[in-house]
Amino acid sequence: MEALIAIVIGVLTASGVYLSLRGRTFPVVLGLTLMSYAVNLFLFVMGRLMVGVPPVIQENASYADPLPQALVLTAIVISFGMTAFVVILSLRARAELGNDHVDGGENH
Amino acid sequence: MNHLVIAPLLLPLLAGITLLLLRGSATPMRQAVSMLATLALVVIAFWLLLQVGDGSVLVYRLGDWPAPFGIVLVADRLSALMVLLTAVLSASVILYALRGADHDARFFHVLFQMQLFGINGAFLTGDLFNLFVFFEVLLIASYGLLLYGGGANRTRAGLHYVVLNLVGSTLFLFAVGTLYGVLGTLNMADITQRLAKISEEDLGVVRAAGLLLFAVFALKGALAPLHLWLPGAYGYTSAPVAAMFAIMTKVGAYAILRAHSLMFGPESGAVAGLLDPWLLPLALVTVVAGTIGVMASKRLSQQAAYLVVVSAGTLLAAFGIGGAEAFAAGLYYLLHSTLAAAAVFLLADILSNARGKALDKLIPGPELPRGQLLAGVFLIIALAISGMPPLSGFVGKWLILQASIGEPGMPWVFAVLLVTSLLVIMTLARSGTMLFFKIEEGATAGKVVRVLDLGSPLALALIGIGLVVYAGPVYEFGQAAAEQLLQSEAYISAVLQAASGGVQP
Repeated sequence: MEALIAIVIGVLTASGVYLSLRGRTFPVVLGLTLMSYAVNLFLFVMGRLMVGVPPVIQENASYADPLPQALVLTAIVISFGMTAFVVILSLRARAELGNDHVDGGENH
Repeated sequence: MNHLVIAPLLLPLLAGITLLLLRGSATPMRQAVSMLATLALVVIAFWLLLQVGDGSVLVYRLGDWPAPFGIVLVADRLSALMVLLTAVLSASVILYALRGADHDARFFHVLFQMQLFGINGAFLTGDLFNLFVFFEVLLIASYGLLLYGGGANRTRAGLHYVVLNLVGSTLFLFAVGTLYGVLGTLNMADITQRLAKISEEDLGVVRAAGLLLFAVFALKGALAPLHLWLPGAYGYTSAPVAAMFAIMTKVGAYAILRAHSLMFGPESGAVAGLLDPWLLPLALVTVVAGTIGVMASKRLSQQAAYLVVVSAGTLLAAFGIGGAEAFAAGLYYLLHSTLAAAAVFLLADILSNARGKALDKLIPGPELPRGQLLAGVFLIIALAISGMPPLSGFVGKWLILQASIGEPGMPWVFAVLLVTSLLVIMTLARSGTMLFFKIEEGATAGKVVRVLDLGSPLALALIGIGLVVYAGPVYEFGQAAAEQLLQSEAYISAVLQAASGGVQP
């Protein structure tokens, strides 16, 4: 399972990097979103992969590390807010600059 | 526990919320609340500085959870100094913004206070993930402020700034996740302790995470080659915002200094000195790149933005030299350069209003009413920021050069800093000549400058002169702060001893 999740994170990050290097705002926003998915998964996995154990410390029982879950929750909220902001900003840039190129035109 | 440590966070947060609730009320009311909150912050920050002046490290456990399980706020000399600088800068910036740059002030002051909340949090936190959260707080407030007022250039620069910082945040999370995965802690003091006992096989992963962290801080601190976002973002935003942003690169520099002296400092065993090979060369490249930008700028506000790049490079060069003397010199230069850069941004805005259609472009413009007064203020600020005697920039650069004597990087530091200083002086002299003495016949001047408009830049220049007069005490404080940084075991034991309940209020 470790290999699978590592590949998933890798593919997400690679796609995110590729898309965020594109010239138009829509792919860039998608790329940022994919990268934030990748990093959220990555943070989550840093508590080690466990199946079917509660994230609560108990005596004499195995438990999943609860801290990365809390970190991921924070990171998700922040990245959600930031994505909403960048979407609105791209729309405004589209309206003010007259096109959706990240530099505001092909000639830049 | 000393509750004073959390006051610089609570005050702007509560002021911001109050301002949000007051958005329907009269403009002067909102401006007064914002101004009073900022002035109170100056008082609190000064009080905090006096408390840590004896070398004690104040630790505040949020929710009284012991570190490293809970989040701690830590105030040592460096943090307190940075908080005070932020407060002083923001007070003079608000004072300027009240004169019209905050438009109808509906959301400007809310965003401004939230930005102060984020900046103070980043300076005071002792937890790596918490640092990420405060970075996000100050960034989202800065996005709003950057775009405040609108305009196509501002939107384009804002888009670049936002996207770059989102990528930076993602990298930050990768670095934090990796460190947590290997070390199992996020408390900076605890990280330092565990890094010292790291096993051979984890070393590579930790080094990668550390350098990733450095890259993120370098992006915030405008270290070459990650400085290219800065001139656009700072050069096109409104003047008070740009002046306030002068402290934002310093947040990156602070984070680098903290990581350099604590997490990758002498206490951390195999990863000690991780940033050493990178910091000084990149900082010197930044100075050169910034100077080229200063020479090529076509507007005064753009020139000011490149001056911020130069000062960020000079500052990090001082940190890169290493040792108490260089850190102290760097801290002195940090105080000076933040205030001086803010003054240039404000002055550029005043000139831009006064020169009618010529704005702050470096082209011949109309003859200015009160031109001599403006030229005088420009002269003082330009002398300060370019590092000419007798003003604070000269003292700062001289201290840095002195600290580099005998260090391996000395020839490079001397060559780069001296040559670029000369170039900056020449360029600013050319800008001054162009702005004040080259008159285009028939051009109409804009608004007549009122002396009160010049209050904020003059206040900043006066603080700069104060830095020269009291250079001795300020430098001594910087040296004490630097020595505290280098003796990180005191910091670590203060943070972690508070954990075991050893130090009770």
